[in-house]
Amino acid sequence: MRVALFLTCVNDTLYPDTGRAVVKLLTRLGVEVDFPTAQTCCGQAHYNTGYRHEAEPLARHFSDVFGGYDAIVTPSGSCGAMVRELYPRMGERARAEGRGDSLAATLAPVVPRTYELTEFLVDVLGVTDVGAYYPHRVTYHPTCHGLRSLGLGDPPLRLLRAGGWPALAELPAADDCCGFGGTFALKNADVSAAMGADKVRNAVSTGAEVLCAADNSCLMHIGGTMARLRTGMRPVHIAEILASTKEDSAV
Amino acid sequence: MSGTFVGMPAFPEAAREAVRDATLRGNLRHATHTIRAKRAKAVAEVPDWDRLREAGRRIKDHTLRHLDRYLEQLEASVTAAGGTVHWAADADEANRIVADLVKATGESEVVKVKSMATQETGLNEALEAEGIRAYETDLAELIVQLGRDRPSHILVPAIHRNRGEIRDIFRREMGAWGRPAPDGLTDTPAELAEAARLHLREKFLRAKVGISGANFMVAETGTLVVVESEGNGRMCLTLPETLISVVGIEKIVPTWRDLEVFLQTLPRSSTAERMNPYTSTWTGTTDGDGPRAFHLVLLDNGRTDTLADEVGRQALRCIRCSACLNVCPVYERAGGHAYGSVYPGPIGAILSPQLRGTGSEIDASLPYASSLCGACYEVCPVAIDIPEVLVHLRERVVEGGQVTSRGDKVVLKPAKGHAAERAAMRAARWAFSRPGALRTGQRLASRTRRLHPRTLPGPGRAWSGTRDLPEVPAEPFRDWWLRTNGGKDGAK
Repeated sequence: MRVALFLTCVNDTLYPDTGRAVVKLLTRLGVEVDFPTAQTCCGQAHYNTGYRHEAEPLARHFSDVFGGYDAIVTPSGSCGAMVRELYPRMGERARAEGRGDSLAATLAPVVPRTYELTEFLVDVLGVTDVGAYYPHRVTYHPTCHGLRSLGLGDPPLRLLRAGGWPALAELPAADDCCGFGGTFALKNADVSAAMGADKVRNAVSTGAEVLCAADNSCLMHIGGTMARLRTGMRPVHIAEILASTKEDSAV
Repeated sequence: MSGTFVGMPAFPEAAREAVRDATLRGNLRHATHTIRAKRAKAVAEVPDWDRLREAGRRIKDHTLRHLDRYLEQLEASVTAAGGTVHWAADADEANRIVADLVKATGESEVVKVKSMATQETGLNEALEAEGIRAYETDLAELIVQLGRDRPSHILVPAIHRNRGEIRDIFRREMGAWGRPAPDGLTDTPAELAEAARLHLREKFLRAKVGISGANFMVAETGTLVVVESEGNGRMCLTLPETLISVVGIEKIVPTWRDLEVFLQTLPRSSTAERMNPYTSTWTGTTDGDGPRAFHLVLLDNGRTDTLADEVGRQALRCIRCSACLNVCPVYERAGGHAYGSVYPGPIGAILSPQLRGTGSEIDASLPYASSLCGACYEVCPVAIDIPEVLVHLRERVVEGGQVTSRGDKVVLKPAKGHAAERAAMRAARWAFSRPGALRTGQRLASRTRRLHPRTLPGPGRAWSGTRDLPEVPAEPFRDWWLRTNGGKDGAK
């Protein structure tokens, strides 16, 4: 199986530790992973802000870069949902605009082969115990696009529970959006901040040291709020927790 | 606060005020969380909920696809049953028709059943200008009317008020409208309800004209249906001599059989009840029973234009249950007034910019009043993909393009105020289409990272006002990958 890491532009630029963690984790599980360096961005921010036509060349580029792989693994629920849920819709819209099947045909190969990381581990590789060791009290926030667009369900929790380290603390109102929402965080900053503060308050109430999620964009917003409110709590991507071992443990 | 939404500021500004109002936040939080939990329980009881939801979606889509046919069938059925059908292209025409009908009776006051359509047209204000007083009889609408307030929720329009505020409004205002509040009124729910009951009773018994909307209109028989909890609707629908119903054209279902779906999904989605306490149905007029004259005013007011849009038309499936409001994290913080429309929350954010167009500041800002979390779509009993329509309308705002306005195809220009964003999106698209350009940008960011400010100036304050910025790493992932041969060279 030829497996490609689609790291996402945000992770590549701001969160390389997450990328290294995915490589380490997959390698440990016997999966050889490639990082095609021509990859850039899936176009989600463009699409969701109303610039669908600007997103189209990015989607075509994505398909050019990743079309030859059997599985495309991404540590981002929302970018995964962009490919799986919204690429087909982009194709449909182009067709409705009288531009034929070209876009739909170009994007079709990558749609079913794109997996969010935890989904790939549990559903494709069939593992829940990845041999992780992470001796910190953790709470888990299911991000909206992972939860509702991809329908991730409990794989992330099963992976975290399999570790057997200090109990996973249940996050109150876990399904509530953290308030990031891409450009929403800027366009409606007050509401976004109020949602973020409520999410952080719930996270702090668990007594956990770390809040983890499968999307660094949401964690950037939650973590930025945690730091500003001086909570002492840290955001960590779930990949870094799962990659962590006794010999080589993440902070 | 006036009774209309004209001249509302854009959503972010209106929401900012609401976010800072601790009482409002508390009221909304308590109310939405309570009903959210109850709804989830009421829906979980139904083993075939997903199939009911799908059936509701299909019935609505089918009806909308053949709306012309069903409207004509409805007109014929209502007329055959002794009613009179009027067609209103817009709000002004609907208000004119109703005012003329009321005047023809010689009456100067009417009692009203809770109705979204007449709020949409601003009927009460239009009647007032003609010297006709309209009394709202739904408890929450009464609170809103007495408080000279605006509704902030579809189902519970006074959701932004707590019991103490309601007691104060009753004590202060009831006397000017009719029977005053009893002396020593407290804020217990039973006493507040009793005060409203006494106040309204004299209106029900006196009124000669009733005005309603309808939840459903059955094309095959010409039957209208009102679903309610308080019984005030039943009073208004049966006691007056003349009944005038103003209903949006999308409220049709083809047959009685179709009601079996919605009479299950609507109460559970809206009030979390298995069955609503009162379901009133009426078909034209009947001698010696109920109103002797019945008028149906069919309201378009942007609905046909909305129907012309392939993506946006699904908003017309809405049965006004308000489940999407109750689960929406944005609604919970911003409150209903910020949406500048009688239709607040997620459904309002896709309905108002379609019914009214995206010309005003508030309507152009509504498609952005969402983090696209998808909770609204998940609970919608007719499966309206609200996030999909929101993104579609964002596209209409920033790109313009062809829309239908009053039946004519027109080409919209891109909205003002998005020039900087458009330039940024184009620049990003350019860079992201060229991996080399992206890499150069990343390296530049990494090399200058010690120089990056902790907070951002200008529009960047929208982020850094409440959140710390992420630290840019010493090297982007791709540089590490190339430097270490994908980590195989052992380097960290």
